[in-house]
Amino acid sequence: MISPIAQLPEVQVRPLIAAYAAQVRARRLHTLLMFAVMLVAVGLSCIVAEVSPSLFFAKIGNFTGYIGRLFHLDSGALVITDPVEWYWGFPRWARLLGETIVMAYVGTALGAIGAFFLAFLAAANVTQSRWLSFAVRRFCEFCRTVPGLVFALMFVIAFGLGPMAGVLAIAIHSLGALGKLFAEVVENIDSKPVEGVQATGAPWHVSMRFGALPQVMSNFVSYTLLRFEINVRESAVLGFVGAGGIGMDLFEAIRKFYYSDVSAILVMIIVTVAVIDIFTGKIRHRLIGLVEGH
Amino acid sequence: MLDPGQIDLAAMRARHPGHFGGARRDRSVVYVFGGAFGLLLLGMAYLGFFDLKTLSGVGKLWDVFVLMVPPEVESWAMFRLYLSGLIETIAIALLGTLVAAVLAVPLGLLAARNVTTSRMLTFLTRRSLDTIRSVDILIWALIWIGVVGLGPFAGVLAFATSDIGSFGKLFSEAIEAADRKPVEGITSAGGGRVLGVRFGLLPEVFPVLASQILYFFESNVRFASILGVVGAGGIGLQLSEAIRVLELKQASFIILMILVTVAVIDFVSTKLRFALIGKRGQGSH
Repeated sequence: MISPIAQLPEVQVRPLIAAYAAQVRARRLHTLLMFAVMLVAVGLSCIVAEVSPSLFFAKIGNFTGYIGRLFHLDSGALVITDPVEWYWGFPRWARLLGETIVMAYVGTALGAIGAFFLAFLAAANVTQSRWLSFAVRRFCEFCRTVPGLVFALMFVIAFGLGPMAGVLAIAIHSLGALGKLFAEVVENIDSKPVEGVQATGAPWHVSMRFGALPQVMSNFVSYTLLRFEINVRESAVLGFVGAGGIGMDLFEAIRKFYYSDVSAILVMIIVTVAVIDIFTGKIRHRLIGLVEGH
Repeated sequence: MLDPGQIDLAAMRARHPGHFGGARRDRSVVYVFGGAFGLLLLGMAYLGFFDLKTLSGVGKLWDVFVLMVPPEVESWAMFRLYLSGLIETIAIALLGTLVAAVLAVPLGLLAARNVTTSRMLTFLTRRSLDTIRSVDILIWALIWIGVVGLGPFAGVLAFATSDIGSFGKLFSEAIEAADRKPVEGITSAGGGRVLGVRFGLLPEVFPVLASQILYFFESNVRFASILGVVGAGGIGLQLSEAIRVLELKQASFIILMILVTVAVIDFVSTKLRFALIGKRGQGSH
């Protein structure tokens, strides 16, 4: 059978094949180079981070043993067999967990309120001064780059041990994260309603209220709910540095090897986080549906 | 121009009822926000925001701030110590992210509905990944410290375990969203299953996965800087020490060092990510 594809003469084919081979070689070299750089970085990191496979394999039994012990009471029985004994501290833990959720709520709300006002100053399309926008952006960046736990450590010095330090740490971190997201939402609005309001002679804040706000509100709420989910998780560990919530008891239980207490508190946190995720997820989907329904 | 007196308001109201006093939905929005604000005030009262002690804390906050500036470092040796802590932090983040990414690939395949046929298996994998995700990195770090002892190795293992949950979920989503047509094209041209995965699936999925890994590396550097607070290596150890003994000028110096490092890593990795996924990824960022 004769191939229906026309063959180019040898003279023309050769340079084409050579060019193709050169390109493939260049790409392979590039990939190999990236791979080598990666390997060197990993090797150096292994030395710096004191990675030791022998230690790992010698001690991995401890890990599985640890997970196993989490699910056994002091008496050696499985935790499921005696829930009353397992959750002996339930009233106290429930109160602390409640405090954790309140901390997350107040922190998120304060951060969102701050971010709400900062967003209109930071958004490039509606800002009144470039310098103000620049300054607000850098401020938000600072707030979200410094880890919440570091803020918590600082605030513990000022306010003493307790939830106050944790709430402020969450609020500042949320302010930074939400400030950026809100500003991006404002930058993506349709400018026509804003111009329409401005055309009536309205001052800046009025044009924002009636031109921009209706467009961004549902997105703001959606992002705030998402942040609330994250903050519930975060505030559960702020107690590690004494900043209130269930983290203090969890930290103590882990440090003192009260295995069944650790698993009891962890299960409570995981269930609470899951319930809040489902709940806020429902609200967010409802909100998105509301916007698309318009 | 129309004189307002000429308009028959009653007729207008009858014709366009929606435009008059029709703010019922607005009113419900007001109720929701009012309720949320009321809850906020209640919560603040519960946490002791309005106590006298708190107000004195605000004054102390200013003292803390004054103690922090200007950032300064005690000696050259201290600076070298901080620098090595910072390098350790980056190493922990890099190794932890990579190990988690490698381990998450099989889990991602198990959790992807179009690869794993058993519904039960995908369900169980997904729930386990969710559980891993909802335990905070600091808790993992504490558990691993109990296993391998204090030090950066515990931090690496903590990142490796905690990121498996996130990576497994993201990978399974990327695999599920992948277009099957390139694979079918290769199969129809006579390529086998392996060739189909290599030239059909991999070129499509790899850039997405790589950019996600880079993104996680960025955020992990931030998290790694606090692991030292519980003793899992990195700059957090020096930072929490400096704060606890009230060497706040040193603490602010360390924070500055972290900020600069994070900014540099963000810059480099953003460049790399765009190189990997092209302009496509710019919209999502």
